[in-house]
Amino acid sequence: MKMDHTLPLEYRSEQNQINIVGFWIFLGAEIMLFATLFATYFTLVNRTGSGPSGAEIFEIGPVLIETFVLLTSSFTIGLGVHAMRIGRTKAMMGFFAITLLLGLSFLGVEIYEFIHYVHIGAGLQISAFTASLLTTLGTHGAHVTLGLFWGLFIIIQVKRNGITSATANKSFIFSLYWHFLDIVWIFIFSFIYLKGMM
Amino acid sequence: MNYFDRFAIPHGDPLIYASMVAIGLTVIAIIAGLTYFKKWGYLWREWLTTVDHKRIGIMYLISALLMLFRGGVDAIMMRAQTSIPDNTFLDAQHYNEVFTTHGVVMIIFMAMPFIYALMNFVVPLQIGARDVAFPRLNALSFWLYFMGAMLFNISFVVGGSPDAGWTSYFPLAGNDFSQSVGTNYYMLSIQIAGIGTLISGINFITTILKMRAPGMKLMKMPMFTWTAFITNAIVVFAFPVLTIALLLGTMDRLFGANFFTTTNGGMDMLWANLFWIWGHPEVYILILPAFGVYSEVISTFSRRNLFGYKTMVASIVLISFLSFLVWTHHFFTMGQGPLTNSIFAITTMAIAIPTGIKIFNWLLTMWKGKIKFTVPMLYSIAFIPIFTIGGVTGVMLGMASADYQYHNTMFLVAHFHYTIIPGVVFAMLAGLTYWWPKMFGFMLNERIGKWAFWFIVVGFNVTFFPMFFTGLNGQARRMYTYSEATGFGPLNLLSFVGAIGLAIGFALIVYNVYYSVRYASRNISSDPWDARTLEWATHSPVPEYNFATTPEVDSIEAFWDHKKNDRPIFADKIETIHMPNNSGWPFVLSCVFFVWGFSLIFSMWLPAIILTLVILGFMAYRSFEKDDGHHISVKEIEETEKKLRGVS
Repeated sequence: MKMDHTLPLEYRSEQNQINIVGFWIFLGAEIMLFATLFATYFTLVNRTGSGPSGAEIFEIGPVLIETFVLLTSSFTIGLGVHAMRIGRTKAMMGFFAITLLLGLSFLGVEIYEFIHYVHIGAGLQISAFTASLLTTLGTHGAHVTLGLFWGLFIIIQVKRNGITSATANKSFIFSLYWHFLDIVWIFIFSFIYLKGMM
Repeated sequence: MNYFDRFAIPHGDPLIYASMVAIGLTVIAIIAGLTYFKKWGYLWREWLTTVDHKRIGIMYLISALLMLFRGGVDAIMMRAQTSIPDNTFLDAQHYNEVFTTHGVVMIIFMAMPFIYALMNFVVPLQIGARDVAFPRLNALSFWLYFMGAMLFNISFVVGGSPDAGWTSYFPLAGNDFSQSVGTNYYMLSIQIAGIGTLISGINFITTILKMRAPGMKLMKMPMFTWTAFITNAIVVFAFPVLTIALLLGTMDRLFGANFFTTTNGGMDMLWANLFWIWGHPEVYILILPAFGVYSEVISTFSRRNLFGYKTMVASIVLISFLSFLVWTHHFFTMGQGPLTNSIFAITTMAIAIPTGIKIFNWLLTMWKGKIKFTVPMLYSIAFIPIFTIGGVTGVMLGMASADYQYHNTMFLVAHFHYTIIPGVVFAMLAGLTYWWPKMFGFMLNERIGKWAFWFIVVGFNVTFFPMFFTGLNGQARRMYTYSEATGFGPLNLLSFVGAIGLAIGFALIVYNVYYSVRYASRNISSDPWDARTLEWATHSPVPEYNFATTPEVDSIEAFWDHKKNDRPIFADKIETIHMPNNSGWPFVLSCVFFVWGFSLIFSMWLPAIILTLVILGFMAYRSFEKDDGHHISVKEIEETEKKLRGVS
């Protein structure tokens, strides 16, 4: 395999570069996926039927916690990738672990929120608004869940094999995914919650 | 509905029971045949686990042809039913199912894999690559498509086919009006196949961006590769919309959500919009690769370089952009007001401009060319006037105010068959005949091919041209019968006669394959058509590694310049080649997806949850797997090359 040693580790082999380009294109598809969900949400946001509206059920507390936790996790994974680039295996694994713990707490709050919504009569079957709200949040939450497992497996692989061209490539791609989820959350926070509470 | 009643066919028709018996016998025959000839190991090693883009292309091809015949039988049944007034061959419910599955099968399970068959086979060869960027994902794409198609095809013997039209408009497709599991099949089988297509889209864009031979700038790519590139870009932007639309539809049907209902705030028009935001670009996903095939075929058999290469590229880019801006023209009459309708009418008609540019470029390529009337060239020449009729009637339909007169009539049916059949089917048959020697190492018989061509072209026009008249006279589409007083009888009978002609044409193509396998000469050169692009520079059939040494390119028609002007494209020194290993997991994972889809269709929650975990487990396992492929040694390559040179 051809190696270009002037590049960062994750870009070094030809297959690594192909993987990264492929993943960016995948993120393009993900943008369309979430854009469709947002378009659906904005179409249905006022169609509450006999159910509650957003202003009646949204609470700022849990949402602020979720936002704070997830934004921080995007910062820590950046530190993790930086540690990886300067070859500090332990620091990298530490930062990845912190990222995943933050992701886990995000997910915990979100699950609490879902149970709360269903409890106060804003379940999936209530109205077009609740269905689109829960589907949009749920799709993001499912992505985070998948990311937790993905990140965990990467930490295990780094522990086994150290920082190699292959593990660096996987970690870098995972960090792109994690940042992307954060960006989607910023849209959810601004346009679903803040706008809904105004 | 009682739980076990869901598995029963909603209406017991002798035709369906006969098909059940036929399916059972075919499965038994295949299993017995494989066992008797001891081919299980061969099948597993060489095909089910392959990651070779050429073999995956051939498997796409076989599936597409199978689906062509399934969709074709539906078509014949429809034309037979309407051939005379007040016919009782099919009842209304059965007719609904037949036109629904005809549409879905032809667009999603026939045209799409046919296109991916040619792309898989040709694109890596045209850009001088050894394989696609992600060979295993490529295999996964194929198997997901295949399992989706099979899931859809068992619907009519287990639980009943979808019956809400291929557009599956809500509220008709909702639980209230479609009570059988048919629409569940629609949602889940298309979802599974669609995920495969999306993966293919990502794979091919990456391949074309990153794996071109040295010297092949973007503006030096062959036209088919260009169209493949743009098509896959449309796939990546359009298919996620379908994914979400199907997800929401599934949630409505299985979990009682209210996206598309008419109560609790649901909005049925949201489905129409989401469906066509995918559905209209899908039209161009189908047509652009066809344009690519015609560009290759016409320049090869006119013995001239393609006229207006740059404007060809510019027009496909423009078409891909416009394709996202016209979706509302599919429902002008559903109440979005004159301003919206006008905007979408104008963007619709704007598409005629780049398409017209392409038509003139093909004509000017033929101008002063020395035309050879081979089978692929005949399809390409027939395509131009027929497709133009389709385009002109498209502009007629695109005039929003006039559309109120003939929307939802047979005029529309005639229009889109006049675009899709010459656009996609002719192109795929042309491409099939053109690349056949590269795929299998022998040519299809020209004489039988020309017979098939004439049956198909004449049969096609006899079938669909009368529909323009019956449509303008007011015959609505999707009506299972009509009274004699309407006067639609004679023209519908003529359509049926044409459909028989089409069927004979396709049967002749099958006979041609059989005849050529038995009798065609294997002693053909690697370049039997005297063609112009890089795929003809390697042997026929193509060795596993495609090119012994990576080609170097410095013009649009590198191989032509190599032949005529003696420009070297291959280095002499052979080096070891790195190739990916075969893998069984794309096939096995797709089988799991099949059962997962089946469980969800019938609301069997426990198996569905377990299988979801199995799918995730597969992904987890895969993330730990280490597989660096294998190397082919110089000695092995030299031996293969010597053997192939002896034949060709």
